[in-house]
This record gives sequence, structure tokens and C-alpha cells, in this order.
Amino acid sequence: MKAVCWMGTEKMSVETVPDPTILNPRDAIVKITSTCICGSDLHLYNGLMPTMEQGDIMGHEFMGEVVEVGGAIRPEKLKVGDRVVVPFTIACGHCFFCRQELWSCCDNSNPNYWIAEKMMGYSPSGLFGYTHMLGGYAGGQAQYARVPFADVGPLKIPDGIADEKVVFLSDIFPTGWMGAENCNIKPGDTVAIWGCGPVGQFAIRSAFLLGAERVIAIDRFDYRLQLAQEAGAEIINYEQVEDLLQLLKDMTGNIGPDSCMDAVGMEAHYTGPVYAIDRIKQALRLQPDRPQVLRQCILACRKGGTVSVPGVYGGFIDKMPIGAYVNKGLTMKTGQTHMMRYMKPLLDRVQRGEIDPSFVVSHRVPIDQAPKMYQVFRDKQDHCTKVVLDPWADGSSIAA
Amino acid sequence: MNEAASIHQGDARSVRKWSKMLKGGAMIGGGALAIFGLSRRSKSGIGIAAAGGLLTLIAAKSGEKRASIARSSIVLNSTPQQAYQFWRNFENLPQFMRHLESVTVLDKNTSRWTAIGPLGKHIHWQAEIISDRENEAIAWHSLPGSDVNIDGLVKFQPAPGNRGTILRVHLLYRPPVGALGRSFAKLLGKDPGFLIQQDLRRLKALIEAGEIPTVEGQSHGPRSSAAAMARLLSPDRPIRGRIRLPEALEAQRRVS
Ligand SMILES: NC(=O)c1ccc[n+]([C@@H]2O[C@H](COP(=O)([O-])OP(=O)(O)OC[C@H]3O[C@@H](n4cnc5c(N)ncnc54)[C@H](O)[C@@H]3O)[C@@H](O)[C@H]2O)c1
Ligand SMILES: [Zn+2]
Ligand SMILES: [Zn+2]
Repeated sequence: MKAVCWMGTEKMSVETVPDPTILNPRDAIVKITSTCICGSDLHLYNGLMPTMEQGDIMGHEFMGEVVEVGGAIRPEKLKVGDRVVVPFTIACGHCFFCRQELWSCCDNSNPNYWIAEKMMGYSPSGLFGYTHMLGGYAGGQAQYARVPFADVGPLKIPDGIADEKVVFLSDIFPTGWMGAENCNIKPGDTVAIWGCGPVGQFAIRSAFLLGAERVIAIDRFDYRLQLAQEAGAEIINYEQVEDLLQLLKDMTGNIGPDSCMDAVGMEAHYTGPVYAIDRIKQALRLQPDRPQVLRQCILACRKGGTVSVPGVYGGFIDKMPIGAYVNKGLTMKTGQTHMMRYMKPLLDRVQRGEIDPSFVVSHRVPIDQAPKMYQVFRDKQDHCTKVVLDPWADGSSIAA
Repeated sequence: MNEAASIHQGDARSVRKWSKMLKGGAMIGGGALAIFGLSRRSKSGIGIAAAGGLLTLIAAKSGEKRASIARSSIVLNSTPQQAYQFWRNFENLPQFMRHLESVTVLDKNTSRWTAIGPLGKHIHWQAEIISDRENEAIAWHSLPGSDVNIDGLVKFQPAPGNRGTILRVHLLYRPPVGALGRSFAKLLGKDPGFLIQQDLRRLKALIEAGEIPTVEGQSHGPRSSAAAMARLLSPDRPIRGRIRLPEALEAQRRVS
């Protein structure tokens, strides 16, 4: 089959690899019909997450049709022919954490748990196509994928609803939703969201659905800010304002947003001497993450407010404004998304027409063009917001 | 540094320091356990006494050259009774102990163990249960004539708040005799506690999830030759054999 492989920093390549096989009784094999490139994949593309290995298959946002199931999968849970969206977190369904719906903290799905333990004390769940530290599972930017614990994760999708409306249930829609839920929104609240990438876009819409009165969206790409504005957000191009924190103060009558969300993560872009220092430290591996947005969220948030961090960080940061965090009595909520909590309820909302997730798609291309699209998506060229790959289209000739 | 922390350091100095500390700790703890067991004067009290005695023995013998001690613990989502019963049938152990090829139970208290050492060498020993407290603890030691010299103790305690069972394992490997024993020591490497921890993680997955997570044998693109070499040197072999979970555990997993 064809698969997008990580061959080194900024080196992606579509390789022909063996089809996946069932390795465990609760596995299933899914023939993939749609698969996406995520902002999280960019951290791997840029070589910023440790424990990638040449030849690793990328991708964690995919859907398709079940073509094979392991011996322990009962037919009422999943059977050949089912159309499914696969969540990016892999969870056993039975451990202490799964029972509390902390799905992305499953204790039994990361065979390389000990590497993660060295870095984080305890290991989160395994993820598809996202470093050996988080399981080393082959990902879903391919024609087929092996799905472990397939009786827990995959969500069945009825026919007659397009892939593009449901494929984002695999990650970014639930991620934006949980980011908004973690904002602890009360009626009348103002939520400020840094980052208008796909995660930020879903977070904006989710915040409104959860009752926020105002959403302030921050980015530097006008085409992304425009998408945010269409959803009803007030927008700030941070490159065009002198003092972002002062502006947020002014916009909120000197009280500050009730909650601030970091939907940017470890590769924040900013200017000035601190940015230069952070970039150098990151390049020298002294500081794996560039945490400027997280710092701003803490400084901007009103007293007693909430900071929500769906943006991904991998290691350690410097200059955390811990004084502001403590003295303002803030709460911070984080995490890889507890996918299975949100997938079904959000599918219901899609089916009821409350939201059409396909608004975020800017590019639908054959899988062969994935290596190029990684660069286009990273550099925000060609008004790129979200790339959906078709694993089966013959892409050698078709233009993006 | 506490014992558990220092054993994960892996270097010889801290292992020595650690075994010294354990020696002190186990002398007190083991001795206390023995006294506690005897003073209860029940049938199971003798079991506790034997287990406590084993700990004391481990501590006393750990002064010998190159003995290594491993201990680890894990919380299982099962009752102590279920965990005990699973472990008490030693034939279940190779399902989650990577280096064990097989265990054959010979009679109520003795069993024959086979491990695979470096270069595929087979290492055999016979073990005898020296203490058996139902649902609480099992202690065993290897019998004379074995390739290796191992004492083992496993304890099952209810976790607070009905959160299952805390299982603790202590293993003592005394200086091996002969070439096979040496290759077993090599197999266990610098950090036997880590190996036991990995085995316990596999046990946890087996009991809770019904299978052990793996990525061995999945497809991938071209690997670099350096990585291929590293894999060859430290192959991450999948567990062999069929999984046989007791029906009760299987059923519990199904409803949960
Ligand atoms: N928690 C989870 O489970 C989860 C799941 C998916 C993605 N993520 C993470 O969410 C983050 C965003 O993902 P995405 O797909 O939207 O990525 P993306 O790269 O498309 O979007 C990031 C956006 O942040 C903007 N940005 C950069 N610096 C900024 C700054 N200083 N201030 C404001 N905006 C800034 C960029 O211009 C870009 O539009 C990533 O870190 C990703 O890893 C987390
Ligand atoms: Zn993603
Ligand atoms: Zn779990």
C-alpha cells in the first residue's frame, strides 16, 4: 500500500509498504477513504518531537471502512463493512483512566510507556503515527491502517453523510470542543483564542455553542482570521497591533478575558528578542518548546479565570509567568483530547446541522502530494487551512 | 533516594547502595513480618512468617557478591483474589514475563521453569513454593541443581477506594553458578527492576485489556541501517503463545 513516511526533519515521502495485518485479537484493519494533515504533524515535520524514526508512517486523522477484524471483536461492536471514523488516541476501555473517560491517559495502549515515563513521570495513551515515545503505532496517512482496541475507539458513521463532514471527528473537532469545554464557559463570558488554525477554528465555534458571548480570535494570517470572523469572532492580527495584552484589556473594559486558550502550541511565532532567544534554545534543544502564547494567555487572563491549552507541548519551557498564574488565582486545563467522550455527541450535532465541519477544508489532494502539502500547510501558503488526502486517487498528474 | 528510585538508576554504585538500604529495610520489615506472622499463630500466619523469613533471607544473602534484587509494583483492575489465582498458576507467567519460555507445574508446590537467555540459550530451574497465603502472598525459591538461584515473593493487597489490587514483586537473583547462570545474569542486565516493571505492565494490560499492546510486526517505510542494527542488538520480541485468561477475568472485562 501507499503510506506517507517520515524520513527525517522536513523529509516526508510516499513509500510503498506492506499492508498492515492483525497483530492482536482486538485489532481491526481499516481501508482508509480520507485522511488529513494536522498541525500536530507539523511538530514532527519540523523535527521537534523526540523519538521519531526514519520510516515511521505518519497520520492520525483518518476514516474508512473496516475490512478485517481480530478474533476478540464482537460483531455488535464492529464488523467488516462498517464505516468508521478512528480517534487519534488509542484506549483499552478498561483501565482506571478509561473508566473515568480520561481516554487519552489510557494505561494499557502504549507499548513504549517507559520512554514517556522517563520524560513525564507517567505515560499517556498511545497515539497513531506520533513518535515511539507515544507508542510507535503506524499512522493513517496510508491506504490501510491497523487499529488496536477497535471495539473501543472507532465511531460508526451512517452512509449518506460525506467524509469531509465527519473525518474531523478523528481529532480537531473534538479537540477544539474540549479546548472550549476546558474554558469553563459561563453565560456572558469572553473567550480569547490564540491560533486560528483548524483547532482554533473549531474551538471558536465550540465556544459559541457552549454559550460564550464574545470570542476574540488572534492570529497573523488574514485568511484564517476571516474564517474566524465568519463564525462571529472579533479578530486581532497580532502583527498589526503594538501591544496585544493592552488591546485585550481595552476590549474587555480593563478586566481581561474570562478564559484564554492556547490553540497554537510549541511552535508559536512572535517577534522581538525573546522570540530570538526561544528559537535558538529550541534549535539547540535547550528548550524543546517555544511557549510565548502560553505566557501571553496567563498574562492576559482575568483574575480567577481559566487558561485552556489544547496546543501541544513536548518538554520544558522557560520564563513561565508563574507569579501571574499563582497570584491571579488562575486555573489551567490541558490534555490530549479524550476523544471518545466527544465523538458521538459531536456527530449528533453534525447530523442535526448545528455545524458543518467541512468549512475548514482548503485542499483535497491525492496522497502522492502529501510531502509537498506538508510544506504548503506549514508555511501557510495558498491560503491553506486544512489538507485532506485521498489515499486512492492517482495523484501523479492531478494538480493541487 | 528511596529504594524504588535508586534501583531505576541502574548504575552499579546505586544498586549497591540500594541493596544495602534494602538489607537494612528488609531486615526490619522482614523480621517484623515474621514476628507478626508467628504471633498470629493461624495457619496463614505461618505463611506470613515464611514470607517474612524469605525477605530476611534475601536481605542476608544480598551481601554476597553480585546478587541482584529487583522489586516493582503495579495496580491491577481486578480483585486480589483474581490476581492471586492468576499468578498462583505459574503456567500463566510466560504470558507476560518476556524472558520465560515455559513453566510446567509438577505438583502442588514445585514447578519447572525455562527461560531464554542471550543467543537463544535455554536456562532451566525448578522452583518450590515455600509460602502460600491465599489471596495475599506467594513466595518461592529455586531448588538445588538449577541453572540459576532465584527467590521470589509476590504480594496482593487491595488498593484503597476499591481501585483494584496493588501487586508487589520482589525477586532476588544470587550469584549464578556456571555459564548458563551467567548468561541469565546477562539477560537481566543492569536493571532487573526495570524488566520486572515491564513484565508487570504486560500483566496489567493482559488482565485489564485482554491483550498486550504491541507494534511488533506492523508495516513501516525504509528504516536507516543504524536503526536496523540497534533492533538486531535488542530485539523487542513479541510474547509467544496463546493467551489464556481465566473465564472470571474475561467475563469481568466484558461487562466493564
Ligand atoms: N490537544 C490535542 O489533542 C491536540 C490535537 C490536535 C492538535 N493539537 C495542537 O493544536 C495546535 C494547533 O493545531 P492546528 O492544526 O490548528 O495547527 P496550525 O499550525 O494550522 O495552526 C496554528 C496557528 O497558530 C498561529 N500562531 C502562531 N503563532 C501565534 C501567536 N504568537 N499568536 C497567535 N497565533 C499564532 C499560526 O499562524 C497558525 O494559524 C498544535 O500545537 C497542535 O499540535 C492538539
Ligand atoms: Zn491531529
Ligand atoms: Zn485504558
